[in-house]
Amino acid sequence: MPLPQPGATDPAVIRNFCIIAHIDHGKSTLADRMLQATGVVDARSMRAQYLDRMDIERERGITIKSQAVRLPYRGADGGDYVLNLIDTPGHVDFTYEVSRSLAACEGAVLVVDAAQGIEAQTLANLYLALENDLTIVPVLNKIDLPAAQPEKYAAELARIIGCDPDDVMRISAKTGEGVPELLERIVRDIPAPTGVADAPARALIFDSIYDTYRGVVTYVRVIDGRIATRDRVKMMMTGEVHELLEVGVISPEPVPGKGIGVGEVGYLITGVKDVRQSRVGDTVTTAQHGATQALGGYRDPKPMVFSGLYPIDGSDYPELRDALDKLKLNDAALVYEPETSLALGFGFRCGFLGLLHMEIVRERLEREANLDLISTAPNVVYRVLGDDGVELVVTNPSEFPTQKVDKIFEPVVRGTVILPSEFVGTVMELCQQRRGLMLGMDYLSEDRVELRYTLPLAEIVFDFFDQLKSRTRGYASLDYELTGEQEADLVKVDILLHGDAVDAFSAIVHRDKAMAYGVMMTGKLKELIPRQQFEVPIQAAIGSRVITRETIRAIRKDVLAKCYGGDITRKRKLLEKQKEGKKRMKMVGRVEVPQEAFIAALSTSDTNPKK
Amino acid sequence: MRPFSIYVHVPFCASRCGYCDFNTYTASDLGGQVQRDTFDQVLISEVRLAARELGADRRAVDSVFFGGGTPTLLSGAALVGVLEAIEAEFGLVAGAEVTTEANPDSVDQAKLDQLVAGGFTRISYGVQSVAPNVLKTLDRTHTAGAALTAIQMARSSGFEHISADLIIATPGETDEDLRASVDLVTGAGVDHVSAYTLIVEPNTPLARQVATGAVPAPDDETAAHRYELVDDLLSARGFSWYEVSNWAKPGGQCRHNGHYWRNDDWLGVGPGAHSHRSGVRWWNVKHPRSYAVLVAAGELPVDQREVLTAQQVHLETVMLGLRTAAGLEVSATGALDPLVIDKLVADGLLDGGAWAEGWLRVTPRGRLFADAVIRDLTS
Repeated sequence: MPLPQPGATDPAVIRNFCIIAHIDHGKSTLADRMLQATGVVDARSMRAQYLDRMDIERERGITIKSQAVRLPYRGADGGDYVLNLIDTPGHVDFTYEVSRSLAACEGAVLVVDAAQGIEAQTLANLYLALENDLTIVPVLNKIDLPAAQPEKYAAELARIIGCDPDDVMRISAKTGEGVPELLERIVRDIPAPTGVADAPARALIFDSIYDTYRGVVTYVRVIDGRIATRDRVKMMMTGEVHELLEVGVISPEPVPGKGIGVGEVGYLITGVKDVRQSRVGDTVTTAQHGATQALGGYRDPKPMVFSGLYPIDGSDYPELRDALDKLKLNDAALVYEPETSLALGFGFRCGFLGLLHMEIVRERLEREANLDLISTAPNVVYRVLGDDGVELVVTNPSEFPTQKVDKIFEPVVRGTVILPSEFVGTVMELCQQRRGLMLGMDYLSEDRVELRYTLPLAEIVFDFFDQLKSRTRGYASLDYELTGEQEADLVKVDILLHGDAVDAFSAIVHRDKAMAYGVMMTGKLKELIPRQQFEVPIQAAIGSRVITRETIRAIRKDVLAKCYGGDITRKRKLLEKQKEGKKRMKMVGRVEVPQEAFIAALSTSDTNPKK
Repeated sequence: MRPFSIYVHVPFCASRCGYCDFNTYTASDLGGQVQRDTFDQVLISEVRLAARELGADRRAVDSVFFGGGTPTLLSGAALVGVLEAIEAEFGLVAGAEVTTEANPDSVDQAKLDQLVAGGFTRISYGVQSVAPNVLKTLDRTHTAGAALTAIQMARSSGFEHISADLIIATPGETDEDLRASVDLVTGAGVDHVSAYTLIVEPNTPLARQVATGAVPAPDDETAAHRYELVDDLLSARGFSWYEVSNWAKPGGQCRHNGHYWRNDDWLGVGPGAHSHRSGVRWWNVKHPRSYAVLVAAGELPVDQREVLTAQQVHLETVMLGLRTAAGLEVSATGALDPLVIDKLVADGLLDGGAWAEGWLRVTPRGRLFADAVIRDLTS
């Protein structure tokens, strides 16, 4: 019997599935092993984490963009099957992308580290999969580790999913143990796709990437009908119609074909240059005799966290602009507009899905465009109702109204923390400090607890991860999803240097936290700004009211006693060096501030005073 | 013709002081590699080499300065011998100033008499302080009594000028200690005082002591206060300030240092010694042994040379001139921004009256910020 060919595959032999796992729990290794076990990649061309395309992904060991691979598989029953492995991003910022990947599958392999148990993000994605009615295949990985506790964590998983602990598979992606059995289980348990073969075509976009040579490559799952090379396709959300230049499957390199049919997973190339024209969640249909009803669940990507990005060397501004323009082609969620800061010069106000998204964008800009960047403290989006009833959306402290306002709303999330029970006290304290409202607490096993809180997103954005990690020695994991907004008593705190506000340091904070922020920033700046010939007050103020103050004492002398006899050269070189340092100073009013002081003051990692 | 002078470096000390990063060595540092008692001959050889190199460009010397190290660790005859070689090769102008540095405990009456008889006119003592605790922190081996005696002996030998170096703001020093030091040296009859704020130089034993906390770091608050105190004390005793760290009675200013500050020409003799001639600076190899080897081979012991750019000359001119009471003549300096000068006058760092007459002079406050003023003027 011939192998099932793309475009001519009976849905009954197709299994569409994804792997849900926490960072480091072995998803990529397992995917690599499946590639090898099904023979699509030979050992020679195998490289670690084959599916992770970008350097950043490989270095950080996490998958940012998903991809889909078609794996031909001969089952133990002698039948030929097609396994479509849809790789999903594994981080909280990309929940929506995860949900679309899940929507393209009938089943999910839930991979949990047998030495660590389930983590909060995995749990959140598991719930997402269950909501999508996916069949779950629970797997404990890394059973070869000495620290593995398969019994304990099998019980934990069974309890969460509601299955028998014996149904939890035990594998080692590293050694390959259990992988053949897992492939059999996928064929046996995960349902084949059901769809109407002769209905108008409807394909779900679950990923969309920009390739320098090919333009946008769109990954789809055909729900109904088929998409063939000669078709013109229509994006139902945007309404745009495109020529279909190429259609095919990835196995694991792109294989162009004549088309893809009902239940299949593949890629489309239409020649568009911007991923915004091919949006995750949109439905692709044919331009003629197309579907009238799009698949449900589309959402516009919505930036939740904003920060200013500035080149450390002001002359790099054009390069930063070009790099953002280029990055945008591949990142539908990134938004930005030019911004000018008194302290930092020309830069961009950028909007991100979340903190990791922000970090990744910044890192890619620095790496791919070779830029040195400085970013201002991130803030969330606020909705402000003025006394006059006018509504204002604030994404930047500088836009915060100075006059009296009626109400301010801030975004809130439902946060889930999974942690060893010994840390419950300290984490509850942290959540309380961060204005959290407890929703509930469950024991996942004897010594592992799931805590659920409603928290303002702004509090999470402000070093919550770092605090959580340090309070739990790295054992806690966090997930959150946006649930709405709440009214809050927020104020803008300005930092004044010798009477002049430094825009880059202004922050919108809860009134109860204003003092703490002021004390922290003024304290930091006092350490970072060198003494001047005059006394420099550093103040934190809400409007015109000063809430805290530090003072940099005036320097009393700036002269070298001795001219070192005839060694004039030494003294001259010293002065030349000092003059070099002076060039890197930025003037804030009359105060000379070294560039490094801005950078250090804005870096959150030093938020806690050392020593 | 610019005045010409000669500096002679004697790289020996009886013991090493913890704060000092000068090019000097104790007998044990050098082992048997360099002989102290024949070192005068090496210096004389270099004087002759340099004279031959300069040829017809040789000029009579306006001032000679023996520094170190401790020049008086050489015998009186040796020092006079080097001076005689300089006189023979270059000639001395009438009334030339000839100085040697000395430690109070490295001289006796006979040696001082011998120096004066041999043509020395000025002696500069490294007194540093008279407070025992300060002397201890500085690793100085002499006592207040020795300093007094040394100055008195120099007077009776007939030195025209006697100077004392003081170090101020040493950790542990009090206002009273400084007052006592100033009283002792001025009472003994010096006509010149150099008062240097203690600098913790990197890679010195003092720097390590400060790093470990064994000695508190000198703070600029105290240093500024002591500087003002020493200025007050000396002014009240008839001394006038004439350079950042120097005060003199009328006629007591050091001519040799003046040549440095006016960017005149000078020849440096001895290991590590620096020279300057019309915008070119060069310096000798630092270690006495490699220095001696080169001289013995008949080669000039020059280590490196730099030809100053116009910008560097400008920076040096401003840097050196601004440190002096005489100041800088604006018209002779060039490339100064009047707006910057106006701001420095407004900030109380430059003298407005002098500026009106075309001169830049630091105010008493400006002396403490001279480096900042120099940076602003040359940015």
